[in-house]
Amino acid sequence: MSFSTNPTTLPRLLAGMSAAGPVPLADHLEIHGPLPPRRRGRGDAALALVNELERSGLRGRGGAAFPTATKVTAVAASRGRPIVVVNACEGEPASVKDRLLLERVPHLVIDGALVAARALGATEVLLAVDESATNAVHATDWALGERPEPAQGGPPLRLATVPSGYVTGQETAVVNFLDGGPAKPIYMPAPIYERGVKGRPTLVSNVETFAHLALIARHGGAWFRALGAPGTPGSTLVSVSGAVAHPGVFEIETGTHIASLIQAAGGATEGLRAFLLGGYAGIWVSADLGYQLPLSPEGLYEVGASLGSGVVFALPSSACAVSEVALMARWLSDQSAGQCGPCVHGLDAIATALEQVRAGGAGEDALARIYRWAALAPGRGACAHPDGAARFVMSATRVFGDELADHARHGPCDGCLERHLLPAPLATARRAA
Amino acid sequence: MSELEVNWIACKAHGMCAELLPERITLDDWGYPIIDERPVPPELEGHARRAVEACPTFALALKRAHARR
Amino acid sequence: MSPPLASTVGPSAYWYLTRSTGTTALILLTLSVVLGVIDVRRYSTARMPRFVIDGMHRTVSLLAVAFLVLHIVTAALDSFASIPLVDGVVPFVGSYRPLWLGLGAVSFDLMLAVVFTSLARRRLGYQTWRVVHWLAYASWPLALLHTLGTGSDVKQGWMIAISGGCLAAVLFAVLVRVASIAPRRVGLRSTALGLAVCFTGGVALWLPSGPLGAGWAQRAGTPSSLLRPASTKNPG
Repeated sequence: MSFSTNPTTLPRLLAGMSAAGPVPLADHLEIHGPLPPRRRGRGDAALALVNELERSGLRGRGGAAFPTATKVTAVAASRGRPIVVVNACEGEPASVKDRLLLERVPHLVIDGALVAARALGATEVLLAVDESATNAVHATDWALGERPEPAQGGPPLRLATVPSGYVTGQETAVVNFLDGGPAKPIYMPAPIYERGVKGRPTLVSNVETFAHLALIARHGGAWFRALGAPGTPGSTLVSVSGAVAHPGVFEIETGTHIASLIQAAGGATEGLRAFLLGGYAGIWVSADLGYQLPLSPEGLYEVGASLGSGVVFALPSSACAVSEVALMARWLSDQSAGQCGPCVHGLDAIATALEQVRAGGAGEDALARIYRWAALAPGRGACAHPDGAARFVMSATRVFGDELADHARHGPCDGCLERHLLPAPLATARRAA
Repeated sequence: MSELEVNWIACKAHGMCAELLPERITLDDWGYPIIDERPVPPELEGHARRAVEACPTFALALKRAHARR
Repeated sequence: MSPPLASTVGPSAYWYLTRSTGTTALILLTLSVVLGVIDVRRYSTARMPRFVIDGMHRTVSLLAVAFLVLHIVTAALDSFASIPLVDGVVPFVGSYRPLWLGLGAVSFDLMLAVVFTSLARRRLGYQTWRVVHWLAYASWPLALLHTLGTGSDVKQGWMIAISGGCLAAVLFAVLVRVASIAPRRVGLRSTALGLAVCFTGGVALWLPSGPLGAGWAQRAGTPSSLLRPASTKNPG
């Protein structure tokens, strides 16, 4: 599989991917070509990179979709020797793209981190990987062993394994952990780009963002824009799961309609009820509406959704939406870091109420209580976890209003007895007290 | 004009802030503050400062309101 | 033959002041501990909201310290016993009942630590402040032992009643506080409970043969020059 620099073809990130294991360095260089030569002068290098990033319009692929050029500029403008952190703490259960990148094309990710590190004059590159993603950890370790750097000069590259958890991948949680604290969000006296790890300006970005960066450094910002939706261009990785024939990770150009994506995933295995977009703290949309939606930030914004960490989950009509939503709400509650009262209590109350609705006999006011608690959650925590959970629940009440009312009145349905569809690998892991 | 901010990790639901500034702070089902988003006008600033001082865990802060981005 | 000259130097105003401010300080400290427990347990009523309880606890504690400063200064000013100012903060170096006075100095030192950390708590941070604040639980028993050991009025009924009442109040407050420790922290709960009960029992057992017993002033370390001479049967 050879990769051409033809801007309008896919795959880009996943070029050369093989089931046999990670792409070795030599093959990687053959597929993508060498990294551009280093520029002299930290200022020049940073400026050149930022220019290309701005031209490309690259936004973070970790869920927040923050413009990467702006982030790099902010780090470059801060005093002190920067640190680069590759965030591969993929705590979203329905997302596997980050670990896939490290398992299959680790050198692309490392390239991106190195480009950023050189441009910023960073003294260290840390790859923070979820400790439970053992294949990704091993592949990254192996790939680091293959690299000539830092022997040829340049920042050392270090692998750091981070405890599993939904909120452990939050930026401040990663920084907190790398600084020796728990992997929990904290309030920082200054933004991370100013004072992050060890008090130094830190560039924290998602694995996939760095992978795109590695290609932008080689082929330029215009090349990146040649694919995808005009507002937020490029390619992006999406994890497709649920009632589709071939669930997995797909590289699509932004703006691809969900219908095309489902087709690429082998089509739905049965009639679909709804899609969950963005992740466990994402937004539900009915299947009819969902099929027509373009997978781009602008397109999804129209329906109040976002790409999040690139998750599309297809819920079949045969499944019990209420059961799935109740399970996920309980999981989201359990994943709270346990630091902030409104999150700990609010999410627990919502989950309990949903479980009561599912079981029937919850009372007419159960939904009203859920609305009230969901309205109280946003903005009342140290991170956006309660906000995401509240948005998720509210979208569920909008899309599954009938099913919820039905359950509240009559109790469990036939679909309830089926096995749960949504992956909840950390379902039994309670947050530490 | 000033704004109230809560450090949600420090807040342990003592509730003194709501007692001292009921015009802007009420308590939820579990005793945690619900902050009215309206800025604190000069006539309430004294009470707001008192509420900030009373918090046993320093969870409440009063900041200068800046223009919304 | 005229009887030996009775001392013309009777108890001065300072001596009365030091005893009264000391007793008042003990009562205020007791009140501070009780309010502190009410505060940490978050009890409140509509008329006594949380901020009032908290404010009272802070005010009463500062008042107690103020009275203690008066207590130490008047003790130093009084000429009956030689108690220099330094004995108020440096324990066990004085000449007047060094042990029992010294316990008061230790108690006061702990209180100063609590007060200063409370005044500087924003700078020190919540956790540091909290840990030092627990010293208050050690300060009170020392204050009581000092009261019983050095108090000139300890044998008076009213003083026994005040001391007993204060001890009962603090014991009750401590029991309430211990009851709120999470059940799983067995070690901490039982230690705190044990200390409180043993101290109370110990004081009750010690009193009759101690401060309430005969010759306590001498046993407690009052300099012999200050001891009242034994009454002579011979009036001549």
